[in-house]
Amino acid sequence: MNNIISVKNLTKSYKSGGSDLFVLKNLDLSVPKGQFISITGRSGSGKSTLLYQLGLLDHPNDGEITIDGTDVSTIHQDARTKFRLNKLGYVFQDYALIPELTAMENVILPLLQQGLPMEEARAKSISSLDKIGLSDKIDNTPSQLSGGEQQRVSIARAIAHDPEIIFADEPTANLDTETSGTVLEAFLSLHKQGQTIIMVTHEKEYADLTDRVVLLSDGKIISDILNSSAKK
Amino acid sequence: MRFKHLITSLKLGFFLAWRQVRGSSFGTTALIVFVMMLTFLNLVVVRGVLVGLIQSSTDLFREKYSGEIFISNLPKKSYIENSPSIIEIVKNLPWTESYSARYVEGGTIEGTYKERVDYTEDANIANGQFTGVDPILEEKTTHISSMLIAGSFLTPEDTDSIVVGANLLKKYLPIEAPGLLLLENVDVGSTVRININGNMKEMFVKGIIKGKGAFDDRVVILDSVLRTLIGRSDYNVDEIAIQLKPGASDTLVKQALISSGVDKTARVQTSDEALPKFLKDIQNTFGMLGNAVGSIGLVVASITIFIVVYINAITRRKFIGILKGIGIDSIAIEFSYILQSIFYATMGVLIGLAILYGFLVPYIDAHPINFPFSDGILVAEYYNTFLRAGLLLIATLIAGYIPARIVVKQNTLDAILGR
Repeated sequence: MNNIISVKNLTKSYKSGGSDLFVLKNLDLSVPKGQFISITGRSGSGKSTLLYQLGLLDHPNDGEITIDGTDVSTIHQDARTKFRLNKLGYVFQDYALIPELTAMENVILPLLQQGLPMEEARAKSISSLDKIGLSDKIDNTPSQLSGGEQQRVSIARAIAHDPEIIFADEPTANLDTETSGTVLEAFLSLHKQGQTIIMVTHEKEYADLTDRVVLLSDGKIISDILNSSAKK
Repeated sequence: MRFKHLITSLKLGFFLAWRQVRGSSFGTTALIVFVMMLTFLNLVVVRGVLVGLIQSSTDLFREKYSGEIFISNLPKKSYIENSPSIIEIVKNLPWTESYSARYVEGGTIEGTYKERVDYTEDANIANGQFTGVDPILEEKTTHISSMLIAGSFLTPEDTDSIVVGANLLKKYLPIEAPGLLLLENVDVGSTVRININGNMKEMFVKGIIKGKGAFDDRVVILDSVLRTLIGRSDYNVDEIAIQLKPGASDTLVKQALISSGVDKTARVQTSDEALPKFLKDIQNTFGMLGNAVGSIGLVVASITIFIVVYINAITRRKFIGILKGIGIDSIAIEFSYILQSIFYATMGVLIGLAILYGFLVPYIDAHPINFPFSDGILVAEYYNTFLRAGLLLIATLIAGYIPARIVVKQNTLDAILGR
């Protein structure tokens, strides 16, 4: 199978009280293109840390990460930023929207950075918002949106520039059950269109909706199960 | 390719900056703009007032004493030789609006001498420069009567009258200093005795003059009377002040006088050249002081902007991290902060300019600040003002960039997670 992500011997440690605290230990992982994968585990298991390494938001201490055929473990900071812009999309737990920008303006940012003309970028961002059912909220600022709506704007921003992979860090953690369902539906809909998604969650119910469930404990993968019963 | 990327980042920086300014609180924006406006005014006005103090002195010197061209005796001569010919040349110059030829001689003036009974006490006496003028020509040249604070000016018939400078009278200069002799109980209507080169004459005080200029220390007398007292029968004068017609160039007129050979027997100077050395020194010193104060203002402005941008960037550290996280270039983020700084500075400068040229300059021109030695005006030449505005913008640009750079350089993930 064509792997879009390939991780070998990934190690990440932090300094803690003069000694090294290993959060990820010699971890190997491959993610095929188009897969919806959930990373689960208890708090402190290293799931978010793994997501940050894969999403190029943090540097591993050791190991190799290859994304879409590029070894990204050693590339320069500017190249990492450019890589994130062109290949990756993010959905953060707390939505991470820029408060003074409207929904459309939040979504348009990566498109403008890619150099798209304003009109084209605008049309594309509205289309992204439309995809997740927020076409009537394009001029609302985050403070004028509910939590679920803000998270969906965050998803629209993540998909606007057609990334290869979407990383979602506990996207439903701050949402009620009903709103969480809406957000999950948005992810499932994207997945149906062939989008690769890596989602960190500690909700088993939501993990069961994905193609594959990777369970982490103490920085190691203790279980990696293809979910044949995933609802698609 | 790199250039295109840079342009894209700058455009995005502009997009972010404008939205951030638009989204910021009006009160905060107004306060920052107000601080920038004060800083700009501090840069321009403090120097402008310091320079204006001396500028008004030099203006007074030109308008009320020297004229635009001032002819005086050569260094080793006691008067201007061949004065009648020079006066004839001056009269016939096409640029001459008016002129005043003056005799100047040192002497004393004694008041209340008729009431003096105790000759063991010092006489009520003052030393002064007696200046003999044609009252009509002097009035035309320096509008000398406008400086009268009491009485009236001389007429060609006032052979027994003088006008006394206020700085010779204790009533108008109530200070005590070693060696300083001032007349007491002398005012308009008083009879005084003047003594020039041993020739004494009883005179009537017709007016008191005070214009914060050279005449404040002088005694004005008819030229014919002084000429007789000093025995100058050759009509050679000591100084000639020339006012030029509007638009005439003082340097060209000076050159024309030199070409006519006037410099052979007299010193020909423009008003600026004729300024007393102490005034020139003060002018330079105040200019330097103004620049020093202005430089401090510039540093304060830079620190203010630095703090404002730094606090702004620090409080928005998480959002800067998010922007970096979603792939926004550092240049775009830094540029957005630089643009915000420039926005605040530009607004401050524009409002400052409006206040400066719309209110302060015309108001202080109409109501000069009353300093002892001059009527202080606000000098705000366009060149210097815009130079300072440019300096402020450059300082702002740097002060905006540095804190933005510091925050943008921080670890992306740490910024997003707020750790």
